[in-house]
Amino acid sequence: MGELFATYNILGAFGLTILLTVSSAVGSLVIGTVVAIMRVSPVRFLNRVGAFYVNVVRNTPLTLIIVFCNIGFIVNLGMSFTDNIARNNIIWAIIGLSFYHAAFVCEALRSGVNTVPAGQAEAARSIGLTFGQSLTEVLLPQAFRGAITPLGNTLIALTKNTTVATAIGVAEISGLMKEMMEFRPDVIVVIFLIVALGFVILTLPIGLVTTHLSSKLAVKR
Amino acid sequence: MSSVLFDHPGPKARARHKVIAAASAVVTVGALWWALAQFKEKGNLDAAKWTPFLTADLWVNYLIPGLLNTLAAAAASIVLAGAFGLAFGMGRLSHVTAVRWVSTVIVEFFRSVPVLVMMFFAFYVFAFNNVFRSDLNSLAAVVTGLTLYNGSVVAELLRSGVGSLPRGQTEAGLSIGLTRGQTLRSVLLPQAVTAMLPALVGQLVVILKDTALGYLILYQELLNKFQQIGSYKSNPVPALVVIAAIFVVINYALTSLASYLERRTRNRGRATIPRGALGPAPVDTEPIADALVLADEEVLQERYRVPGRAHE
Repeated sequence: MGELFATYNILGAFGLTILLTVSSAVGSLVIGTVVAIMRVSPVRFLNRVGAFYVNVVRNTPLTLIIVFCNIGFIVNLGMSFTDNIARNNIIWAIIGLSFYHAAFVCEALRSGVNTVPAGQAEAARSIGLTFGQSLTEVLLPQAFRGAITPLGNTLIALTKNTTVATAIGVAEISGLMKEMMEFRPDVIVVIFLIVALGFVILTLPIGLVTTHLSSKLAVKR
Repeated sequence: MSSVLFDHPGPKARARHKVIAAASAVVTVGALWWALAQFKEKGNLDAAKWTPFLTADLWVNYLIPGLLNTLAAAAASIVLAGAFGLAFGMGRLSHVTAVRWVSTVIVEFFRSVPVLVMMFFAFYVFAFNNVFRSDLNSLAAVVTGLTLYNGSVVAELLRSGVGSLPRGQTEAGLSIGLTRGQTLRSVLLPQAVTAMLPALVGQLVVILKDTALGYLILYQELLNKFQQIGSYKSNPVPALVVIAAIFVVINYALTSLASYLERRTRNRGRATIPRGALGPAPVDTEPIADALVLADEEVLQERYRVPGRAHE
């Protein structure tokens, strides 16, 4: 097993997985928040645009989106951020992952808003809070707490979904695992267990933290 | 249109909303126009790149066989994942500690490993040991990966569905002389499955989307056909767009069916597991259980007018 770690840069590949996860998490949080604002806004046109985005992206396979980033944007349009091909692929993988998971972030935030009972808004208004005050003091704090668990679930899914980036040649862990399995069929089970354990280590804390947070911050109703 | 966040708009607010709508329409149309212009420049909007999709040739020889392979892998995975989920879901509810522990470890493990990793592993295990005829390896690997992951999700749904039924159901079953197993099978499971139904249909979308991972182990499913079409008609981008549209139409229909089932179950005064709880993610059971209790509480309050007693 030590020899596997010596021959192959397993930790480096996991490092790239973490890089993809963190950058896409930030990206999808930004895009998802914008789409969520559109979906809950009182402007009907924005609702429609937001709903269209979510329905299209949520129902498209992530593999297809990642492949499209390569075929459509890199190959066909020749869009590149850097001359370094490997780095360019990483950037496009992050873009694809961000836009895909943004749809789920949006739905997570929206479900958080939906956990707030209408009575809270009515109560806030009836004690004389302005629109801005009721939003920032009463509604959004509760909505955020309701969104913690679905956001955590989305982050766990994102961590696992970074493996799809191997479709456009990003050298993250699943691509390395494939390579190792091809060259070392004798220790195939060990390789699988190392990679699987790595993902358990990455995703388990996220689940524990969000479960802890959501029960600690739960709004008792 | 009214929501918890906003008041009903007055005349001023309505005028403001119109301005915002107009401005965002300009931005949206502008962005789409710009994107299309980029693709047009590379000739992607030429009629010659799209007319092949109006011929029977592409559909009969590429798209439909690809779609059938996708559906075959999805169907096999659904059946196997159902069996896997039923077995380990009941295992997690067993009163034999060892069975419960083994089931828990298996379910939690397969939920936290990426489907793609399991597919690669299954593919090489099958290939190196000649488990299947060589042309069936990729199908078998796709089905294995999808079964293990989605089976675990189903097991989790089943457990949380049963766990969140009112305790009186178990007590009633036991008190009329049913054994624990009989109570589980004939009282709790039918109710849990009803509650799970929308979530299960939502899971079909996940399975159908994840069959596209088969592209990476050269399973000849729908996404894979874009390369053949692309090199045959030199239109890879239009081919990807058409394939994406096929996926979106099928999955959107399934998503709508799931929402319909959710509404119907709720209108009949029963609890459901909200589909949102699934998302793309492994199901966290606690929020589902919470949601079920919440939904249940509403139902109970409506039915018996006993507020605050549903949590017992």
